[in-house]
Amino acid sequence: MSENRPENKKKKQPLSDRRKFILGMARSVGLATLGGFVWSAYVDEVTAAELLLRPPGAIKEDDFLKTCIKCGLCVEACPYDTLLLAKPGDHKPLGTPYFVPRDMPCYMCPDIPCVPVCPTGALDESSVTTDGKLDINIADMGLAVVDEESCIAFWGIQCDACYRACPILGEAITIEYQQNKRTGKHAFMKPIVHSDACTGCGLCEKACVTEKPAIHILPREVAMGRAGDYYIKGWDKKDEQRLKNAKEIKTTTELSKRKASDKLNGDLLEGLY
Amino acid sequence: MSLSRREFLKSSAAASAAAAVGMSVPAELEAAAVSAESGWRWDKAACRFCGTGCGIMMATKNGKIVAVKGDPAAPVNRGLNCIKGYFNAKIMYGADRLTQPLLRVDANGKFDKHGKFAPVSWKRAFDEMESHIKYALKKSGPEGVGVFASGQYTVMEGYAAQKMMKAGFRSNAIDPNARHCMASAVVGFYQTFGIDEPAGCYDDIELTDTVVSWGSNMAEMHPILWSRVTDRKLSDPDRVKVVNISTYRHRTSDLADMEIIFTPSSDLAIWNYVAHEIVYNHPEAIDWDFLKKNIVFAASPVNMGYGMRRKGEKSLTPVRPDGSAGKYSAKEMETINHEMVHRVSEAEAPALEPYGYKAGDDMVNKPAGLKHWEITFEEYKKFLAPYTVDYVAEVAKGDPDEDIEEFKKKLKYLASLYIEKGRKVVSFWTMGMNQHTRGTWVNTLSYNVHFMLNKQALPGSGAFSLTGQPSACGTAREVGTFCHRLPADMMVKSPKHRKITEKGWHIPYGTLNPVGNQHIMKIHRDIEDGVVKFAWVNVCNAYQDSASAKHWVKAARTMDNFIVTSDGYPGISAMVSDLVLPSAMIYEKWGAYGNAERRTQHWRQQVLPVGHAMSDTWQWVELSKRFTVNDLWGPYTLRNGKKLADVRAAAEKMGYSKDTTMFEILYANERAKKYKIDMDSFPQKGYDNSECNGDSRNVVGSDGKVFKGYGFMIHQYLFEEYASFGRGHGHDLADFVTYHKVRGLKWPVVDGKETQWRFNVKYDPYAAKAAAKNGRGSTHAFYGTLAKALKQGTLMGMDKKSKKKSLKDKAKIFARPYMQPPEIPDAEYDTWLCTGRVLEHWHSGTMTMRVPELYRAVPEALCYMHPQTAKDKGLKQGDLCWVESRRGKVKAHVETRGRNRPPRSLVFVPWFDEKVFINKVCLDATCPQSKQTDYKKCAVKIYKA
Repeated sequence: MSENRPENKKKKQPLSDRRKFILGMARSVGLATLGGFVWSAYVDEVTAAELLLRPPGAIKEDDFLKTCIKCGLCVEACPYDTLLLAKPGDHKPLGTPYFVPRDMPCYMCPDIPCVPVCPTGALDESSVTTDGKLDINIADMGLAVVDEESCIAFWGIQCDACYRACPILGEAITIEYQQNKRTGKHAFMKPIVHSDACTGCGLCEKACVTEKPAIHILPREVAMGRAGDYYIKGWDKKDEQRLKNAKEIKTTTELSKRKASDKLNGDLLEGLY
Repeated sequence: MSLSRREFLKSSAAASAAAAVGMSVPAELEAAAVSAESGWRWDKAACRFCGTGCGIMMATKNGKIVAVKGDPAAPVNRGLNCIKGYFNAKIMYGADRLTQPLLRVDANGKFDKHGKFAPVSWKRAFDEMESHIKYALKKSGPEGVGVFASGQYTVMEGYAAQKMMKAGFRSNAIDPNARHCMASAVVGFYQTFGIDEPAGCYDDIELTDTVVSWGSNMAEMHPILWSRVTDRKLSDPDRVKVVNISTYRHRTSDLADMEIIFTPSSDLAIWNYVAHEIVYNHPEAIDWDFLKKNIVFAASPVNMGYGMRRKGEKSLTPVRPDGSAGKYSAKEMETINHEMVHRVSEAEAPALEPYGYKAGDDMVNKPAGLKHWEITFEEYKKFLAPYTVDYVAEVAKGDPDEDIEEFKKKLKYLASLYIEKGRKVVSFWTMGMNQHTRGTWVNTLSYNVHFMLNKQALPGSGAFSLTGQPSACGTAREVGTFCHRLPADMMVKSPKHRKITEKGWHIPYGTLNPVGNQHIMKIHRDIEDGVVKFAWVNVCNAYQDSASAKHWVKAARTMDNFIVTSDGYPGISAMVSDLVLPSAMIYEKWGAYGNAERRTQHWRQQVLPVGHAMSDTWQWVELSKRFTVNDLWGPYTLRNGKKLADVRAAAEKMGYSKDTTMFEILYANERAKKYKIDMDSFPQKGYDNSECNGDSRNVVGSDGKVFKGYGFMIHQYLFEEYASFGRGHGHDLADFVTYHKVRGLKWPVVDGKETQWRFNVKYDPYAAKAAAKNGRGSTHAFYGTLAKALKQGTLMGMDKKSKKKSLKDKAKIFARPYMQPPEIPDAEYDTWLCTGRVLEHWHSGTMTMRVPELYRAVPEALCYMHPQTAKDKGLKQGDLCWVESRRGKVKAHVETRGRNRPPRSLVFVPWFDEKVFINKVCLDATCPQSKQTDYKKCAVKIYKA
């Protein structure tokens, strides 16, 4: 009995025929001369690319699309069948690798088998290497985002399924404790994602028990906002680091776009009395 | 069903219950609230899962449960749930729900042990059960008929099963899975207090300053209570301290101010260390006035073995030259041999020195039973002498990578928290202290510390055993579905208790069997020995949940016996069985559960069962129709030579005939028929009642005719008759109807009021009465009546010539030393294995593994290990490894990250997953006193699969 394993876990056996077929098709599409139908699909699909989740070590999306030769080696190397190659009709850049965490997250293999096999550097080994050793914990596939309205932990339910599923729990996801004044004797235990530690592996999204996941992975660029470098947190010494990026400031608004002399000499004055 | 606020408040019991918890129950939250126009109905129920006992509301639409919410009026959870509770609406509707009886048959439809399962009628199912029970009785007498019972039975189911087994079949071989979960706590309560169940209640959490969790991952196993602990911590973070004491790091450490990782079994040493600190270094902290008025000191034999099989038992015969014996391999015998003789280890030697043992001595084990005797405080002090911080740190430090001086600092801090004057302390525990080859001992040690400091049975202070199962307290313990028990803390071995029960059940004196030794592991072993020929699995998964599982599965499948499983889903037990019966699940029947704080909660049948499923109560009652006085009440000779009298003549004198059925005597009697069907009033109005009225499914019953119902309110009858045994004896329950109006009440319910702190004169009317009578002027009275007269002696033994001294209204502090379990890691099996649960799944996963969201969240059991352990074994995160003991092996995926972080010396594999059948690996050693299996300690080797 113990020999059986859930269908969604690590598989050692050779790629299934069906998977081989799909891989082959996606590759051929990526490499072959493209017919009219496929080409038009390609145009649409490029625009959808900004929401795609790429394998660990993927370089910036624009560069990735230029560098990836759609060879599928990373997909073949993935022991969990997490990585997929975009097929026609997937509405994704054809032949490129991606994953859908709700179906199959990245299990964050410490030896990251999908990266070193990349022949072109579209998956950049150095970006997942610390002190000369592969380090999956610094991978950046995306970022988990919590929808506080549908997350049942924010209702007070004792859930934390995402937290317990997180391979780096306590760093990428921590629990914020807060007294539940509604009941007067329980506590909220709210999952909080930390962008500096989250790799976007998606184990949290997979584990989430709500019908549609209340925690989901977005590409970091999409998920995150950015505060300007012209304000530094007075309460956080580390935040000073951002000053390095601070640039000379020049601002223009609708009001300020004219030269001062033009404004002063203009016809605005007459309207004032 | 509707109930006005006025009607609701008319019940003084309800009103006073609400007052006792300091809240009013808003009208819109009433259980009976109905919004007929909206197309759904809300009604109150209890959560199906753990011993916390959360109140929920079920929404029913078109005869199906469609949603659930936490009951805002429930004092335990105030409208919240954990993620198992969140999915209560989904648990009954799995695609593979059992809907009709299934029997193993041959090509001609005849029963065949090696045949395939085929659907049969209920009539055929009962025909088979009847003939196999009669065969078992003929071959082995009452000891040949066994039941694997449950802490998840409703109160009424447990009571119905117990009556048919003990009064009908005269068999005490009925024992619940609660044996695996609570038995050590129970014997701890009996030996210490003379009465079962905790003194305190959950309100302690809001009142305490310190929560010490011993062998309990409350964060995952009692999430709602843990959220209350968290709230308490947040309310005063500097004052409130939380300590987690465990053999590996788990989620309970997240909130903790301090974590102590100890070597398996050394919790005994740590408790004794705290006691040592009090007695030797802080004697001023001892409340001598309290001790003198309320406490005696006691000791018991230490050479009592480990609750394994003993030499001479049938399946251990013959012993062969290669070391194997009977059905056990030489490897298995390496461990089992400790049952007869144990060599005292270097680690144990200092603790056993006051008992006259030194390292290397052979301790000859003998069954010791529950025997204990009074000793002096000086003897107790002598017993405590070895537990210095140096010794205890040496044996208890569980993480080989931790600095011993740091560990000592932690021990000292722990002791200081207990000792600090004015600091309230609650010690919580669950399976870590119960599933323990010295489980009874370590339970009693917890009370020692609390007693000496007078921090027991006070608001916010006390040692508090949390239960695992939803009705381990309410049914298994209070109803007494154990082999040795009768309702309300009565014992089968007591002639007085048997007589009270026989009178209450209107059966002849002498009917009940005085030998109650077939606990759950004994039933398994008796099947393997060929004694038990018929076994019935009720509301549990006995073949997945028992350690050394290969032996029991093999015995069930290959020997001359008939195994029946009643369940909602096809789990391992069903797979192993010869007959499978479809059971109504929780909200498909009327029921009641009792939680860990003595709170009894009732609910009504919300929906009709699926398919032809019927409740376990119905199954027992229908079975009883097949047996008459003449069939069951003749003479028997038991294995030990004891005779059960022929009580047929006495039965006739009582007005029964030889042909009177057990149905007429035990269930459909004149007392029962007084509980009328009344569909026009509360609580029956508007609700289904499949057992009493039949239902629209027109299920064809045990006689081949459509079942039309018993025609009386059997649920109420069973509950009230059961409750009558406890009323007036410290176990008082309210009446059936009241429970349908309130959100549960903590017994004893006296004059309509529940009891928060037992044994405390201020809060417990029974304690007040006892204190007034004994005139000691104490704040407490430990009025339990079991084992309340002791002979005297020393640590070395009892003085047989001494006279028994009464210790009425007193409790006991026990001298019980640190000892190791029978199987500890060695060169070959070099790692500890601990099993347990995860938050997402309930027990063997039959329900939660069928909830898609919970299955998705945690689809399989993993082997949690230290990254260094993995490296040492040539394993990587995610690899498949073998976990192998002397008994068997399973494959599991390696997890070096995530929720559980064991030290290098231990791995943790949860047991919910039938595909990772870890109980093939675990050892069926038990606490010899409580007979509870130790699932927390055995030795394994780990290697790449």
